[in-house]
Amino acid sequence: MKLRDITAESWHAMTMNRLRTGLTMLGMIIGVGAVVLMLAIGQGAQTTVNDSIASMGSNLFIVLSGASTSGGLRFGAGSAPTLTVGDASAIASLATIAQATPVYPGNAQLAYAANNWSTLVSGVGTSYTDIRNWRVEAGRDFDESDLRSSARVVLLGKTVASKLFGNENPVGKTLRIKNSPFLVIGLLEAKGQSLDGRDQDDSALIPVTTAQTKLFGNPFPGTVRYIMAQGKTAESMKDAQQEMTQLLRQRHRLGANAEDDFSIRDLTAMAQAAAGSAKAMSLMLGAIASISLLVGGIGIMNIMLVSVTERTREIGLRMAIGARRRDILLQFLLEAMILCIIGGLVGDMIGIGGAWLVSAMSEMQVVVTLWSILLSFLFSATIGIFFGYYPARRAATLKPVEALRYE
Amino acid sequence: MPPNPELIRIENLSKEYRNGPQSVQVLHDIKLSIGAGEFVAIMGPSGSGKSTFMNILGCLDTPSSGRYFLNGRDVSTLASDELANLRNATLGFVFQGFNLLKRASALENVALPLLYADIGVAARTQRALALLEQIGLEARRDARPNELSGGQQQRVAIARALANNPQIILADEPTGNLDSHTSQEIMAIFSRLNQERGITIVLVTHEADIARYAKRLVRFVDGKIVHDGAVDV
Ligand SMILES: Nc1ncnc2c1ncn2[C@@H]1O[C@H](COP(=O)(O)OP(=O)(O)OP(=O)(O)O)[C@@H](O)[C@H]1O
Ligand SMILES: [Mg+2]
Repeated sequence: MKLRDITAESWHAMTMNRLRTGLTMLGMIIGVGAVVLMLAIGQGAQTTVNDSIASMGSNLFIVLSGASTSGGLRFGAGSAPTLTVGDASAIASLATIAQATPVYPGNAQLAYAANNWSTLVSGVGTSYTDIRNWRVEAGRDFDESDLRSSARVVLLGKTVASKLFGNENPVGKTLRIKNSPFLVIGLLEAKGQSLDGRDQDDSALIPVTTAQTKLFGNPFPGTVRYIMAQGKTAESMKDAQQEMTQLLRQRHRLGANAEDDFSIRDLTAMAQAAAGSAKAMSLMLGAIASISLLVGGIGIMNIMLVSVTERTREIGLRMAIGARRRDILLQFLLEAMILCIIGGLVGDMIGIGGAWLVSAMSEMQVVVTLWSILLSFLFSATIGIFFGYYPARRAATLKPVEALRYE
Repeated sequence: MPPNPELIRIENLSKEYRNGPQSVQVLHDIKLSIGAGEFVAIMGPSGSGKSTFMNILGCLDTPSSGRYFLNGRDVSTLASDELANLRNATLGFVFQGFNLLKRASALENVALPLLYADIGVAARTQRALALLEQIGLEARRDARPNELSGGQQQRVAIARALANNPQIILADEPTGNLDSHTSQEIMAIFSRLNQERGITIVLVTHEADIARYAKRLVRFVDGKIVHDGAVDV
């Protein structure tokens, strides 16, 4: 018997019994589709976190005003901010620190022509964009003279720029922040989401001196909200933290028994924690997906085994009218393979389509990975082919009379 | 001794079913010879071993001891592929329960043995149609077995048995599931095949009416042949 005839016969047998074919494929489709989709969502979450980490800048510390306790941070009501621009410069000159900038953030209303937009305006030093690894896409960055003169100049994030200026080029234009005019000197490149899901491009930067003296009323002149510092190397982060602590205790004249009046956070460590939890979520989704795969596999197995009686008699009959053993084996093997391949492909398409749908309908990032497609496909196909082929193999080794009489 | 060339020779054939420590001997030391073109009816009480014997004749089962020559060849020496070819080309089966593929049309059922004979699609269809015509069912070529009456199903099964022009047709109670009128129709077909085409027919039946279509009667009792000769029923 020729391979073409056997293939035709396999195909024919599948189309003759649509219910069995459909149910088996359904098992494949659900298993494969669920795995591809869930792993795409998990992988997407991981990628989102990793992108945010990459966009954060490397080896970052944040030094905050206020003591840290074992239970977290404690900001006493009305307690005075303790960090100053001077602290920032002192930190910047430490051997283990590459650079540091004071940050003085606040919310403000920005206006240009008829457009209004309320956003986060941060007063920063000249090294801020460098530390955050945030390129100025058009125009120029702040320079020392902007800081010295508390110039009314501003760098805009992508979102702010598009809200206020639409498609216009904002560089060189003058907008109003809290009603005072500011010159837009540069446009920041897009940065995307931060770890906590904020749009980092929805913000504007101004010189820290301008923020302190001209924009936000400051009851504690000279102080800043926090300092952002960048360690020289990833390995020296622990040392850097110690040096900063010593330096600040000295500068703030804290006695040996006094608590720190500041706290230092290693953002890299926090980012790693966030990456860890994204990974955990991805693993959990993977576990759920494996269960779907298993359920799908059991479905395939059941359908294949349930049809064994009927098929054993069919095999007996085929042998009685002249089928050789290998004709039977090849037919059933091909049948199981065609079934699994079609089911797997449809499952893949549904998984990929579902992933696409999820990303289109929500903010979630999804990443379909090749290995999730291969893994689910191979698993389901192995089950399908084994349980499709194994009963046929058994039947084909029976004497025809036994197969014909099989109950 | 049959007048025609010998087609089937059975020598000292026994069949025993072993079930753990117990064993049942179903056929005892059977000797039989059937010539080409004969029409043999096999009768006997239920459980006497008729079906067991037929399955061995059809190479669907193997004897425990003894020898079976088909066309002078010792069947026990043949490999499974050779047996498959023998069943395909030389033998035709008609079962009591029809044994048609449920989900295939009449035409596809009839064409099935041709598939295993390596005949091309076009020739298969043509030949299967011709066979359906011979049994008067060409109009029902696309019907599934469950859309056919018992008699029609058995005619389809006969057409299938004839697909590769077999020398022998083995029929185990082919009319067992049919009413007497339909049984007569089926037997008329067997008679015609035997008389007009010289096909050897071995047929098991419980009914004297049916046995009378045959020219020779073999009677089994308890796994032994107790009568071999004229149809004296
Ligand atoms: N696979 C088997 N295992 C054990 N015993 C069997 C098997 N098949 C048949 N037998 C026994 O062999 C004996 C003969 O069975 P067989 O089917 O040949 O009888 P039969 O003459 O065809 O009967 P009936 O007229 O009822 O069809 C019976 O006693 C039966 O129980
Ligand atoms: Mg019987």
